[in-house]
Amino acid sequence: MNRYTRRTLALEMLMIAVAIVFAFPVYVLVNLAIRAPSDTSSPISPTTAPTLANFTQAWQEGGLGGALINSVIVTAVSVLIVLAVSSLAAYPLARSTAHWSRGTFLLIMLGLILPFQLAALPLYQTIRDLGLLGSVWSLVLFYAGLQVPFTTFLYVGFLRALPRDFEEAATIDGCGPLTAFRYVVLPMLKPITVTALVLNTVSVWNDFFTPLLYLSGSDQQTMPVAVAGFVGQFVSDWNLIFAALLISIVPVLAVYLALQRSIINGFAGGLKG
Amino acid sequence: MTTDLQERLPERTAVPTRSRRGRAAPPWWFTVPALLLFTFVVLVPSARGVYYAFTDWDGLDPDFAVIGLDNFTAIADDPDALQAIWHTLLIAVAITVIQNGIGLLLALGVNTMIKSRNFLRALLFAPAVITPIVTAYLWRNLLGPDGAVNSLLSAIGLDSWRQNWLGDPDLALWMIVLVVVWQFAGYSMVIFLAGLQSIPKEIYEAAAIDGSGPVRRFWSVVRPLLAPALTINLMLSIIGGIKLFDQVYALTGGGPGHATDTISTLIYKDAFTLGEFGYSIALAVVLTAIVAVASAGQYAVLNRNERAAS
Repeated sequence: MNRYTRRTLALEMLMIAVAIVFAFPVYVLVNLAIRAPSDTSSPISPTTAPTLANFTQAWQEGGLGGALINSVIVTAVSVLIVLAVSSLAAYPLARSTAHWSRGTFLLIMLGLILPFQLAALPLYQTIRDLGLLGSVWSLVLFYAGLQVPFTTFLYVGFLRALPRDFEEAATIDGCGPLTAFRYVVLPMLKPITVTALVLNTVSVWNDFFTPLLYLSGSDQQTMPVAVAGFVGQFVSDWNLIFAALLISIVPVLAVYLALQRSIINGFAGGLKG
Repeated sequence: MTTDLQERLPERTAVPTRSRRGRAAPPWWFTVPALLLFTFVVLVPSARGVYYAFTDWDGLDPDFAVIGLDNFTAIADDPDALQAIWHTLLIAVAITVIQNGIGLLLALGVNTMIKSRNFLRALLFAPAVITPIVTAYLWRNLLGPDGAVNSLLSAIGLDSWRQNWLGDPDLALWMIVLVVVWQFAGYSMVIFLAGLQSIPKEIYEAAAIDGSGPVRRFWSVVRPLLAPALTINLMLSIIGGIKLFDQVYALTGGGPGHATDTISTLIYKDAFTLGEFGYSIALAVVLTAIVAVASAGQYAVLNRNERAAS
């Protein structure tokens, strides 16, 4: 049953053919990004005189460097905050059977259903009144709150399946609750923390609608907003636009290739949570 | 019953808090930082949103009037809004069916002895981590009149199939579905794959020894055990499909005309280009109701199926 038969070979060919179809758009992306705008041959025929000029021009004119730094700051700080507060909140929510605990958990889970479009406009007004429009810190605040329900959901599910013996032993040994959490519970949460880290990082990094609202009209940008602005500015200069698109996905793909196994497991890990 | 009784026992008031069998429960104040953030960012603005849906607020003027259900009756009388609701549902259902169908086939293909399985898994999943707005701009060019899709059709002798894919009101909606499926089929695959790999080999082999063919094995053995993976996948794709914004914004901007407007793009246009915040938020309330009904319905159906399968 587990041998490599002729049928396996046929399946292998078929799957590789499917993969080529999937990869085709990325081939065109690279092919056009390295092509001089004067070259008007078919987008699918390989570029004969590759150039890096589009990349340097896109980098200089698109303000992509500043956007990259903003994206890194916003993602790193907000994900760190959301992991800290959600794991801490999940601990009593998973352990206590009191009414307040169940009620609080349900209240937070309500956030899984509420679409951000509902909160986006009133929050826009609050952020404007606080004078935070156009500041990346408005985004940090936004994501730190927005991602709480999903992250808490993951942690509570994982904690409920964990035995209590270790934390009880720690308490008997005289540990305070915060110490027990920090040194006993948190290390055991590592697998689900990786999952939550991956999923939150990807959704915060890729979000477009929120920074479009909160940063519009300012000189601050995140990567997705910078790319959209770039497309608006260089409307049909697709070689340049493709270079900008490629620059924007290289950091993401680099991290993906380096941590491929934990990232894929992270995405699949929501299943067990 | 017992928990209720025990919770009323006086020992519960002892310090530190103790619950059943003398266990120390973690203190309630651990939830405070998360609750504060959640309340400020999600709960209060959502509640205010629901309130504004019953007003004529324009987003700036502090003087606004409560106008009851007027915004909602306006939605019911607005052909553009009704069409957008229909598009939203159509896109969500089409994405859910096609993406999960392809995702499942890919998972079955990769979950075999083929040598390239790890490479294929990584490659097919890769689009899922790319920024959706970026993939949408890429496809906007690919699907353009002189784009790579038309060039490819010419190259294989199908000149007559060339189209202005995004400019045709009948096709544009399906192109949005195509782009989302291209990006997230690998995501569905990964979740199905995790489900497949959690099925013990013995069960599968026992069915093979019993003489059942691959189709029968899939239907009677694998399919029921895939229920949890299917639950997650359907949930993710249907809710993601209902809320879809970035791809529509970048691919068509809701056009040509209103041919691809969804609730999300209308919310954005009404609020930020027309200044009709009250109307826009009423649309967001409609969106919330659709998401809530979809989640509740799906939860009920799948919960029953999962119980039937176990």
